[in-house]
Amino acid sequence: MAEMDTSSGGGHKKGPGVKKGKKLSTRVDLTPMVDLGFLLLTFFVFTTTMSQSTAMNMNEPKDDKEQQMKVKNSGAMTILLGKGNQVYYYYGQLMPETISQDFKSTTFKGIRELILEKKKATPIDDLMYIIKSDDKSTFKNAIDILDEMTISAVPPGHYAEVPMVEVEKMLIQKTEEANGIK
Amino acid sequence: MPKVKIPRKSTVVDMTAMCDVAFLLLTFFILATKQKPPEVLSVKTPTSVSSKAAPEKSILITLTKEGKVFLMLGDETKKNAIIDDFNTTRALGLTTAELNKLKKTEFIGLPVNKLKSALNLTQEIPPTLMDGIPTDSTNNELSFWIRSVTNAYKGEDQRNLQEMILVKGDGEALYPIFKNVKEALKANEIFKFRIVTEGEAVPMGSELYKTGTSEKN
Repeated sequence: MAEMDTSSGGGHKKGPGVKKGKKLSTRVDLTPMVDLGFLLLTFFVFTTTMSQSTAMNMNEPKDDKEQQMKVKNSGAMTILLGKGNQVYYYYGQLMPETISQDFKSTTFKGIRELILEKKKATPIDDLMYIIKSDDKSTFKNAIDILDEMTISAVPPGHYAEVPMVEVEKMLIQKTEEANGIK
Repeated sequence: MPKVKIPRKSTVVDMTAMCDVAFLLLTFFILATKQKPPEVLSVKTPTSVSSKAAPEKSILITLTKEGKVFLMLGDETKKNAIIDDFNTTRALGLTTAELNKLKKTEFIGLPVNKLKSALNLTQEIPPTLMDGIPTDSTNNELSFWIRSVTNAYKGEDQRNLQEMILVKGDGEALYPIFKNVKEALKANEIFKFRIVTEGEAVPMGSELYKTGTSEKN
């Protein structure tokens, strides 16, 4: 390997005039090289990010007016996505008298708990999440909320994307103004 | 008592083998890492817990942060057919030379009315300077492109096509653009498609985590 036999001819006697050359070892200390090797190795392993893109399935409903589903008020939760990663929600239907109490705001951190809570409190047949995205919300928000559905194991068909109505847009705008979200 | 003489052993270990292993691993990792192809359009995709890998061969619709829409025809066998079909159905009247030039471009990101003049330029327009395919509801040109795509795959297994249609969007792109893209797909009877996301771990303690399945949707 990194060693070489430097001893000459098995130790037999040399003549009186022959000087013995100094034996030099050719053995190299490989420790620094090993250090370097592993250092580079660790560096490359840690800096390489696995950039395997994944794909999420999307199923869009057919736009059939006749196939409009009737949703029970008791089982419905409407989630609205606003700008600045804000999430608004209400249960059932908005009643004009109690709008200010029913219409609540949260963030993506808080919505998971609420989705789960609703899921546990409602018989599965009645459960329906209605997702509405504001024009100011981002693509990320739309994907994140669908991801939240997956995370909370909401079965497909129990959540749907629906266009937002004027009242809700107005409510979002009001809340945004009140909370100072730009 | 006679002293037991323990022969002194050298503490020097032969490092050669270790060195070999270290460099072997190093070379392996360097060579095995696939270099990410340089992205012309920088798109930062949102994350999802989905664990399915995105297919290599795809018809990719890209949404940029600025709200531009690009189309990338990844299936080389059909690319020509799609572009030819688009030329005839939209009556673009492109010459063979212009068509060939269009077939060579990677990104399609120009409105129809600018396509012909752009193809006659000596220098190719970089995708970052392109206007993107219009998707607004009054003039959804993307749906015409998708029409040509579906025409090219007519008579084949439609599931293959569904597998291939990918939407890749920047997280900061506004929702209406995504909605327009969905409209364009729906207008062509495509209700199932996929969204390119960055993988993410399933949060601990969530329902999905408990069931232990990584199967999505």
